[in-house]
Amino acid sequence: MSVSLTPQFPSLAQRITPLQLLRPDGTLVGGAEAPLDDVRLQDALRLMMLSRAVDDKGVSLQRQGRFGTFSTVKGQEASVVGSAVALDPSRDWVVPQYRELPALLRQGLPLEHFILYYQGHPAGGRIPEGVRLLPIQISIAAQLPHAVGLAWGLALQGSDAVVLAYFGDGASSEGDFHEACNLAGVVRAPVIFFLQNNGWAISTPRSRQSSARTLAERAPGYGFDGVVVDGNDLFAVYAATSQAVERARAGRGPTLIESQTYRFGAHNTADDPTRYGHGDTLSGWIERDPVTRVQRYLAARGQWSDEIEVQVRHGIAATIDGALAAARSVPPPAAADLFTHTYAELTPRQVRQLRQLSTTPAAAEGR
Amino acid sequence: MIEAIRDALRGEMTADERVVLVGQDIGRFGGVFRATDGLHAEFGERRVFDMPLAEGAIIGSALGLAISGLRPVAEIQFLGFTHQAFHQIVSQVARMRYRSQGRFPASVVIRAPFGGGVKTPELHADAIESQYAHVPGLKVVAPSSPREAKGMLLTAMRDPDPVLFCEPLRGYRLMKEDVPSESYTLDIDKVRIVREGTDVTLIAWSAAVDLASRAADALLSEGVRAHVVDLRSIAPLDVDGLIAAAERTGRCVVIHEAPLTAGFGAEVAATISCEAFYALQAPVERVTGPDAPFPLAGAEQIYLPDVSQVVAAARRTLAAS
Repeated sequence: MSVSLTPQFPSLAQRITPLQLLRPDGTLVGGAEAPLDDVRLQDALRLMMLSRAVDDKGVSLQRQGRFGTFSTVKGQEASVVGSAVALDPSRDWVVPQYRELPALLRQGLPLEHFILYYQGHPAGGRIPEGVRLLPIQISIAAQLPHAVGLAWGLALQGSDAVVLAYFGDGASSEGDFHEACNLAGVVRAPVIFFLQNNGWAISTPRSRQSSARTLAERAPGYGFDGVVVDGNDLFAVYAATSQAVERARAGRGPTLIESQTYRFGAHNTADDPTRYGHGDTLSGWIERDPVTRVQRYLAARGQWSDEIEVQVRHGIAATIDGALAAARSVPPPAAADLFTHTYAELTPRQVRQLRQLSTTPAAAEGR
Repeated sequence: MIEAIRDALRGEMTADERVVLVGQDIGRFGGVFRATDGLHAEFGERRVFDMPLAEGAIIGSALGLAISGLRPVAEIQFLGFTHQAFHQIVSQVARMRYRSQGRFPASVVIRAPFGGGVKTPELHADAIESQYAHVPGLKVVAPSSPREAKGMLLTAMRDPDPVLFCEPLRGYRLMKEDVPSESYTLDIDKVRIVREGTDVTLIAWSAAVDLASRAADALLSEGVRAHVVDLRSIAPLDVDGLIAAAERTGRCVVIHEAPLTAGFGAEVAATISCEAFYALQAPVERVTGPDAPFPLAGAEQIYLPDVSQVVAAARRTLAAS
C-alpha cells in the first residue's frame, strides 16, 4: 500500500501514503473494489494509449520540423485520464495548463485543433461551441483564478457544474495558486484543484518548490480538504476525483488533489533532462507505468490481449492520421489571423496595419 | 463625480442582472471612495462581493465570472495597485478572446482611480495608464468629468471587450456638474472637443483636461484661443480625431501627469508628427510629470504639471516660425 512514489526524495516518501487501489502488477489492493467497469475502463485505456501515441508522433514530427515545441503527457496518463473521466463533459469544465491532452479530447476538443495549435496556427486555439474547456495556458498557475471565477459564476447562476483545473508542482509555488485556493475556500466554489506532482518543474525538483511534506496538505489552510493519490493508478485517481466532484456538486466546496506521478519524457521538446538527474529514478517509475498497469488488470480478467491491443493501436493510428490530414486541409495563417479576435471589432489602426501586412512577402507566401 | 459613477453602476445593475461587482471593501462599506455605497444593500450579497485582499484573484476570477456568463465590474482601489494583477490584466484578460479565437470574450470592466492632488500615501497616485495602452486586446479609457464618467462607464459596461476604466482621483469630490439622471452612452473611442480654438491645440485626458481648460482660460486673457481636446480613450486611440484637432492649429501641447519618458504623450506626439507633419507650425510640446517616482504628498505640487507650464509650452509653439 505504501509505495515510494517520490524516490528522488526518500525521506519525504516514507511518510506519504497516497491512495492506491491498483498495484503496479495490475492486481487490486486487498479489499479494494474497481471503481470503473470493464467497458468504461477500456475506453479510458484507449484514451491513455491515444495520448501516448500522439506524444510519440508529436516528438517525431517536431524532430522533422513539422511540429512546434510541446510537452508530452507520457507517464502521466492515468493522472490526466483518471481525473477527466470523473467529469461529465455535458456540464463540467476543464481548465488546463498545457500537459493534459487526453482531458481536452475527453471534453470534446477535436484532435486536429490540438495539432494545429502546436503547429503554430492561430486557428488551433479555437474551442468549438459547447466544448467546456478553457484554452491551453502557458502562464503557470494563471488559469487557477479563472477556474475559481468560472466555478463560482456557474454556481451563482444555479448550475450544478464542476470545474477541474490542472496544474503542476511548480505552479503550486505561484501566487496565483495561493490566491485562487484562498478565494475558492471563501466563496466555496465548486472547483477541483488537480495538482499533478510529476517531480519536476523543468529541472527544478519538487523539494525546491516547498518544504511541506505533501503539497496537498496546504489545502486545510484554505479551509478545504487535500488528498494525495498514486497518480499512476487510474482507479485511485478516478475514485479521488469522483469524490471531489460529488462534494463540489453538492455545494460543499473545493478539493485539492495531489496526484503523485512522474514525467517519463523531457519537460518539452526543447529540454535536455540528462542534465539534471531526471533519469536517476526513471526506471523505477517505468515499472509503475500507468498504461501497462491497466492492461495487466484487464488481461487478468480476460478483457485484454495482444489481438485487442493490435486492433486498438490500428484505430488510434487512423485517428491520428485523420486529425493530421484535417489539420493539413486548413489554409496556412494569413495576415488577418494576427488581428481577428483581438477585439470584437478591429480598431481603425489595426485595419490599416492589416492592409500593410497583407502585402508583405511573408503574407504572400502564407507563412 | 463619485455619485455619477455610482449612478452608472446602479443603472446598469438594474438593467442587466448579469452585472456583478467584485472588489475590496465594496460591500457594506461601499468602497474606499463610496463608489458602491448602498449597492450591497440594494442588490445583495449575490451581486456585490467583498473580495479577499488579492488583486490578482480579483481580476483573474472576474475573467472566470465573465466566461461563466456574468458581466463583472472589478474595483481596484488604486491604479498603482493593479501591478499586483498586471499579469492577469495583460496576459490573461486582454488575450482571452484572441487565445480562444473568439469563443471567450473577456467582458470585464476594471475600475481604478489614479492621479495626484489629494495627498495620498505612496503608490496611490501613480499614473501608469500608458503601460496598459501598449496591450492589444485591452481598452483603456479615462473620463475627465462627472457627465463623461457616467456615460463612459455605462458604455464600458456594455462593451464586448475588456475595459480598464481609469478614474481621476481628485475629480471624485472636486469635479461637480449636472449629470442626466437617465442612462446614456457616449462614443468613448472618439475624442471630445472640450472647447473650440484656432491658435494652439491642448491635448489631454482624465484630470489633465481640467488643467488644459484652466490653461486655455489663462491663454485667452492673452488673446490666444486654445483648442482643447479630451482623448477619452488612449487605447484604442482615435487617430482621425486627434489628427483633425492637431491640424486645426498646427501647434500642439500634450499634457499628462505620468513621467515624460514613454508616457502616452510620446505616442500622441509621434502620431501627430507622422500623420500631420505638413500641418505643423512647431514641434509638439509635452507637459508631463518628471522622470521620477510620484513623490510623497509634501512634494506633489512640485511634481504635478500646472497651468504655468502649459501656458509656457503653448507660448513656445506660438513663438516657433
